[in-house]
Amino acid sequence: MLDLQKYSCLGAALRDAMERFGGETCLIEADREREKTRLTYSDFKEISMPLARALEDADFDAGDRAAILMTNQSKWLISAYAIFYCGGVLVPLDYKLTAGEQLQLLEHSKAKVLVAEHYLWRAIMQSPEFQNIKTKLVLVTEAPLGAELAGGFRWEDFRRKGTPDFVMRQREDVACVVYSSGTGGRPKGCVLTHENYLEQCRALTAWYPFWPGVRYLSILPTNHAIDFMVGFIGPFVCGACVVHLRTLRPEFVRDAFVRYRITYVALVPMIVKNLERGLRAKFDELPGWKRAILNRMIALNKMLTRRKPRVKVSRTLLPGVHRAFGGEVLALITGGAFMEPSTMQFFYDLGIPVVNGYGLTEAGTALTLNDLKPFRADTVGKPLPGVELRVLSPNEEGIGEIAARSKTVMSHYLDDAELTLETIVDGWLLTGDLGRFDKNGHLQLFGRKKNMIVTEGGKNIYPEDIETVFDGLPVKEYCVFAANYVWPQKKLGREMLVMALRLEQNQRFDSALLGEIVARNRRLPDFKRVGGYVICEKDFPRTASMKIKRQALAEELGKTVNRAAVVGL
Amino acid sequence: MPTAEQTLDEILSLAAAHFKVPREKLRPDDDFFKTLGIDSLQTLDLLTKLENHFRVELPDYELQGVSDFRTLAGKIQARL
Repeated sequence: MLDLQKYSCLGAALRDAMERFGGETCLIEADREREKTRLTYSDFKEISMPLARALEDADFDAGDRAAILMTNQSKWLISAYAIFYCGGVLVPLDYKLTAGEQLQLLEHSKAKVLVAEHYLWRAIMQSPEFQNIKTKLVLVTEAPLGAELAGGFRWEDFRRKGTPDFVMRQREDVACVVYSSGTGGRPKGCVLTHENYLEQCRALTAWYPFWPGVRYLSILPTNHAIDFMVGFIGPFVCGACVVHLRTLRPEFVRDAFVRYRITYVALVPMIVKNLERGLRAKFDELPGWKRAILNRMIALNKMLTRRKPRVKVSRTLLPGVHRAFGGEVLALITGGAFMEPSTMQFFYDLGIPVVNGYGLTEAGTALTLNDLKPFRADTVGKPLPGVELRVLSPNEEGIGEIAARSKTVMSHYLDDAELTLETIVDGWLLTGDLGRFDKNGHLQLFGRKKNMIVTEGGKNIYPEDIETVFDGLPVKEYCVFAANYVWPQKKLGREMLVMALRLEQNQRFDSALLGEIVARNRRLPDFKRVGGYVICEKDFPRTASMKIKRQALAEELGKTVNRAAVVGL
Repeated sequence: MPTAEQTLDEILSLAAAHFKVPREKLRPDDDFFKTLGIDSLQTLDLLTKLENHFRVELPDYELQGVSDFRTLAGKIQARL
């Protein structure tokens, strides 16, 4: 791999990767069983340069921001490289947000350029907020010829001949603005520098290196910090190959493992559980004697891999299982959400290690990772090289808020000095997560101090961001909370949003009101929905400016209402 | 070509068989995440079954935001 210490910016490292690994395959894109694109590093460079040259011509200068709004695909990475080549700042936007939310973040980021996939741009054009868009240049991928693009250009046609000038950036310069949340009114745009990314990449590849021949299956959205690092920067600076799938259908994901002999994949718990369900169903279909043999092989594998993974041994003992994963998987990487230890253990016992970690966008990608020496399903691993973690104000059990200091921690929140001051104190990032270290230096998490949930799909949901959908609800007042914020349970999991309702005097909670809540709830994407409600007997505490005092209300609810009283929606 | 109502009815029957629940338990406007207790990946699994049955192909993004059988049926009907 490249020696990242020598580089001052991502663009320079990627540019050298193009030269050094020229003939290696860097990118494969498939839609279902159809392979659409296969590029070497030289091909990738050849496709990116005319785009960079056209951006240069469009006065896209060093430090200018360019947003990308696309599903995982080759044009995402090609556009990102062209943006870095021109010295630009990348703003990866979440394609699963609504068009209105995307426009809100686009405006907040002040991006000069937007690169968007056609179906997403179509939704934006139809959004009521579209008329306020200020982005100067919009490039639309996969738009049919002659499609109405409201002033946007077809990405495929936006090219110029000639060699663009490479724009060098310094380590302290901004590389990306990544939104960790804030569609409800206070966008949290994490400003991450080139140093943040280069150091994160060095730390991760020190424990889990890539090399030419490694194939990484990119399933998590590339706008997510994890896939951006392990599905783009990491593999590219090591000469490895990224495989994009244009569908997340479980059967095609399973096919891709085999077709492309995948080495690594990062997954959210929901997908890992889906794989587990599929395997268990297959095991259950086996005739009794075959099942008995399988159980013995699993027990033997478990014994032989107690201290560390031994992939060759596992592949020999359980060839059928490993063939189903393509035969070359070294690890499933998970993070971004709570993973059931039993699921991780299930895969480890089959000889497929699940590497669990912990991180947050504000800290680059990961702060801790399991080094598999030995495998631990009950922790999120140890701090990565260069990461300092400490537990603030630990209680009698040693549990307190985790604070982090590292070269990977973001510079600040975009245009929000107040929030930055609250979050980074004396150089330490306050994570809002509760944890403690065990005697082996492994971090164990025990819940959150902050009012938010993380779904099994790896989505951070802040109640403030979804409350607007209930605006005008015919009740006196309402407020949404993370259930574990109101009723802390000293562990992760069982995360859901709960609505606290205060009815008008003499108002009854009737079926019409319930129907209204259910209907509004269904306007939200499934992963953002409120899971239940409680009715409050007292008015909500409010500030002088009539804002609800969320923390005080949560404390009061926690004391006066039992979690069991939450009625499911 | 089947009518929209026929397509919807077939989808409900196929979903009931796929998730092993009684057909009468499923109604057109049900939120299938809640009624069936499934996640978005299990929904994608069902969609693959439906595509094979109706011989159509829907990109994943067509399902974004869809959570009831009637809307799903509309998406499939539009491609028949």
